[in-house]
Amino acid sequence: MTRDAFAARPASAPAALHDRAADDLRFIRRTMEQAGAFTAVPGLGGMLMGASALVAAALAARQPTFERWLAVWLAEAAIAAVIAAGTIARKARSAGLPLLSGPGRKFLLSFLPPVVAGAALTLAMYRAGAVDAIPGTWLLLYGSGIVTAGTYSVRIVPVMGLCFMIAGFAALFSPPAWGDAYLAAAFGVLHVLFGALIARRYGG
Amino acid sequence: MPAPRGSGRTRKSAVELDRVIHERVRLGIVSALAVNETLSFNDLKRLLGTSDGNLSVHARRLEEAGYVECTKTFRGRVPHTEYRLTPEGRRALERYLDHMEALIRHVREA
Repeated sequence: MTRDAFAARPASAPAALHDRAADDLRFIRRTMEQAGAFTAVPGLGGMLMGASALVAAALAARQPTFERWLAVWLAEAAIAAVIAAGTIARKARSAGLPLLSGPGRKFLLSFLPPVVAGAALTLAMYRAGAVDAIPGTWLLLYGSGIVTAGTYSVRIVPVMGLCFMIAGFAALFSPPAWGDAYLAAAFGVLHVLFGALIARRYGG
Repeated sequence: MPAPRGSGRTRKSAVELDRVIHERVRLGIVSALAVNETLSFNDLKRLLGTSDGNLSVHARRLEEAGYVECTKTFRGRVPHTEYRLTPEGRRALERYLDHMEALIRHVREA
């Protein structure tokens, strides 16, 4: 049904009018959801996560055993998750969007599977004694989570994910001693850089 | 000063449709800006999947109606256009939503 038909027959085609109105409401809703997801990623959150990761990398590099090294990074992961949740909630609130029905949910559902896979692989690699591959695996999987979760976001988000994946790929094929440097460069520097870019262009 | 458009919401708005906002691309622009403080020309283009020409024609129409504001700046040498919804634009969207809801209610009751 065309626009003109809609305008020309306001009373004679109530069913068609009803369909058109319902379709319009669905369109508005869908556009708002997509547009909300578009900039739901908080720049400020990225910067704070990067800063905390730099501290964690410095601490982790000084640990005498693998277990203590791992404990530092697990603590950092928990801190980063709290920062991310807090800043995403803050941004959703300031845009007047529901947190867990719209963009936040979509982001989380795409981001979580690779992270869960990363946790399982970390355990498997630890038991197999292949701990050297852990930093590269983390970066690859974190990056792929950001790429998929950022599909409906501003382009800079999947680009950031891609940079993480490249860092992960490089880490897997570099000397094991460089692992901390890669983690600091990616979780630290990439987060701060992209966080600053996102904050400048799309707000907190 | 023009007569306030939202005042005759009952009978008048049930007949009169806001032509400016009714068109799909323009409705998309207004809906997207309703949940974002600002969006750039390229953001909107990507979000709505339209061409440059199509988007700029419709954005200009909304600007002329006073529904969106546009600021043009330069990032280095690249022109950068940002759009934001005006209070009048937000009211127009709300009126339009009311209108659509009224239509649906009307058919259900009939």
